[in-house]
Amino acid sequence: MSNAASSRRRFLKKSAAATAALAFPYIRTSYAAGSLSVGYWDHWVPGANDVLTKICQDWAKKEKVELKIDYITSQGNKLQLTAQAEAQAKSGHDLMTFQAWDPLDKQKLLEPVDDVMATLVKANGAIDPAAQYLIKGKSHYVGVPAVTGTQVKPPCVRLDLFKTVAGVDILEMYPTLKAPTKAADNWNWDTLVKAAEKLHKEGHPVGLGLGQTTDSVDWVGAMFHSFGAELVNAKGDIVIKKSDGVKQALEYMQRLVKVMPADVFAWDDASNNKYIISGQGSMIMNPPSAYAVAKRDNPKVAEQLYTIPMPKGPKGRYAPYLPFIWGVWGFSKNKSAAKSLLQTIWQRENVEKLVEGSIGYDIPSFASQRHFKVWEEIAPPKGTVFHYPPKQDQVLSVACAPAPAGIANQMYVQGIQTKLIAQCTQGGKSVAQAIDWAASELEGYMRT
Amino acid sequence: MAAVIPAAGQAAPAKRRGGLARFTRRKSTIAFLMALPLILLIGGLVVYPALYSVHLATLNKSMEHFVGFGNFEFLFKRDLFWMVVKQSCIFAVTAVLFKALIGFCVAHFVHNVPAKGQRKWRGMLLIPWVIPPAMSTLAWFWLFDPSYSAFNWLFARLGLPTVAWLGEPNWARFAVILVNVWYGAPFFLIMYLAALKSVPEQLYEAAAIDGANWWQKIWYVTLPMMRNIISITVLFSLIVTFANFDIVRILTSGGPIDQTHIFATWAFNLGIQGNDIPLGASVSLFMFPILAIAAFFILRDINRRGNEA
Repeated sequence: MSNAASSRRRFLKKSAAATAALAFPYIRTSYAAGSLSVGYWDHWVPGANDVLTKICQDWAKKEKVELKIDYITSQGNKLQLTAQAEAQAKSGHDLMTFQAWDPLDKQKLLEPVDDVMATLVKANGAIDPAAQYLIKGKSHYVGVPAVTGTQVKPPCVRLDLFKTVAGVDILEMYPTLKAPTKAADNWNWDTLVKAAEKLHKEGHPVGLGLGQTTDSVDWVGAMFHSFGAELVNAKGDIVIKKSDGVKQALEYMQRLVKVMPADVFAWDDASNNKYIISGQGSMIMNPPSAYAVAKRDNPKVAEQLYTIPMPKGPKGRYAPYLPFIWGVWGFSKNKSAAKSLLQTIWQRENVEKLVEGSIGYDIPSFASQRHFKVWEEIAPPKGTVFHYPPKQDQVLSVACAPAPAGIANQMYVQGIQTKLIAQCTQGGKSVAQAIDWAASELEGYMRT
Repeated sequence: MAAVIPAAGQAAPAKRRGGLARFTRRKSTIAFLMALPLILLIGGLVVYPALYSVHLATLNKSMEHFVGFGNFEFLFKRDLFWMVVKQSCIFAVTAVLFKALIGFCVAHFVHNVPAKGQRKWRGMLLIPWVIPPAMSTLAWFWLFDPSYSAFNWLFARLGLPTVAWLGEPNWARFAVILVNVWYGAPFFLIMYLAALKSVPEQLYEAAAIDGANWWQKIWYVTLPMMRNIISITVLFSLIVTFANFDIVRILTSGGPIDQTHIFATWAFNLGIQGNDIPLGASVSLFMFPILAIAAFFILRDINRRGNEA
């Protein structure tokens, strides 16, 4: 009985399995390597996303991966909100684009990418220390700098106004399609403020934002570095009261603020662009996106715009650097595919295509990849963004570094450095009072 | 035994069926069932997030340890927190006061417009309230824009000095309150207009016979008749204005030097941008006791008047 029953059951099972197999045969799909969902930053430059899509889809086709790409705008903090929501839900994209400080904050949720970084360093040489500061966690790399959207924010000046009104010949220091001359040593903060005073008198003030958005915070961060002004050191100690550089930087800004538009404290990341495009401004700190819009909206102004490195301070010349970072979530089900995609994007020919697609806006985080043709070709005027990629004596600066990431993130988001300037200029405090105020604020950022 | 069991077994379901039928036929049951989808929706979208934010507010920055009231203790020691409390109160109270005043005056104006043209006025005056605030605030931002301000253009044409609308702290506070008043006044207008229409005409006629002038009619007839609607409207608007986010976020992002930050914008700044979600949750929860106290007094006043009536 028992044998008969068991053999009957076995027969029924086998028949059911055979039927199922006939009904749902295994089909080797074109997506044998699984699926991958990616969240990229939605590029400002029209067409830049298409170049990235093409590179990724070519990779997906070759690797037989079903790839889904979402381009997420950073307007209204949507990119950051998406990353926060995914971190909370532990679900979402496999590969995500993060704002500068977020990967270190979320390092416990991210897949280590030491293997990817090792390959990239082998192929391209050492990564810039500023990028390393944002992607290297306690024991491993937590992200890879993004090619798209990573930028520096050097001065974008009006050649005509600087020459005729301020008496500063920019092309003598930074000639067209040539390396900087000896005269570039004189391009320092003192030269800038003297020029700014003359330009202000003639109704074309220099306009450097002092609000709390990234354009303002980044250039002020680089300026502080060039004065050696440190608020919090790498150990996390508040050192602002001991820093002579902070006093010097603030005293300098008291002089510069007097000859800038009164509302620079309310500027957002669009205000400086509008200011230079309007034809009134003589200088802003911005990537070439302002130039690209001027070319469309006010070509006569665009013909006079020229991007040059930051003025030099007592401690050197610093370029305001702000990267996006690509990271692989720990909850991703296809980490190997995500890492393979990152390596593919960072291949030199792909990086060049991406930089071209962004019309030179994107800055690779490897110094060996900052000599592409595109920066020579953009015109008019000839060589307008030739000096945009940081080279020669420039050091990349991440505002609020070298403070530990958790503290530096708060300092950056709260715009402590721009507020410090506002306190001792618009706010009516003395330099010493402003420093005391900032020291008290910094104590509040020490939370763990 | 065998005969008894089926009999009992048959009677019990009949009783249960009868009870169930009566239960489902009750008006309160039907009302509850009909309201159930909404109750579930509110539970899912309001109660759960509210409780979750209470939970978040009790965690440390990395959200790994329970710290009880630690986040609130931390906030109470920060000068900036008290500045935000002060600014939120100034913002909400001033804005609600002006919205109520403007709404009251304009409601009287519309009430006195002949019935034929009244609908047009009502429609036009409601426009600020029906445009999504994020959109209309952007238009205001352009009016105040540092480089292209339409107001400054006008001032320059009139030979007046230009104003750093969003760059100077007091002007920036003025700007955010102005936009909030512009956006919210139509709500007061429509509520007050409805209340005005419900005041019996005989009361005014009786007041006129007693020799009351227009001010006395407003003071002794209109205002007492509108008191409840004024209280409810003020309470509702106070809650919404305290929790405002979009206007300040778009116009000033809390600047300059944090002088226009209110609870919601500062909570966003700390929680989302600064990756300190527990502290952001604590800031936003601090609104709750302030609003609860305001709601208690206003609703108590309404109840008292109801009992007196």
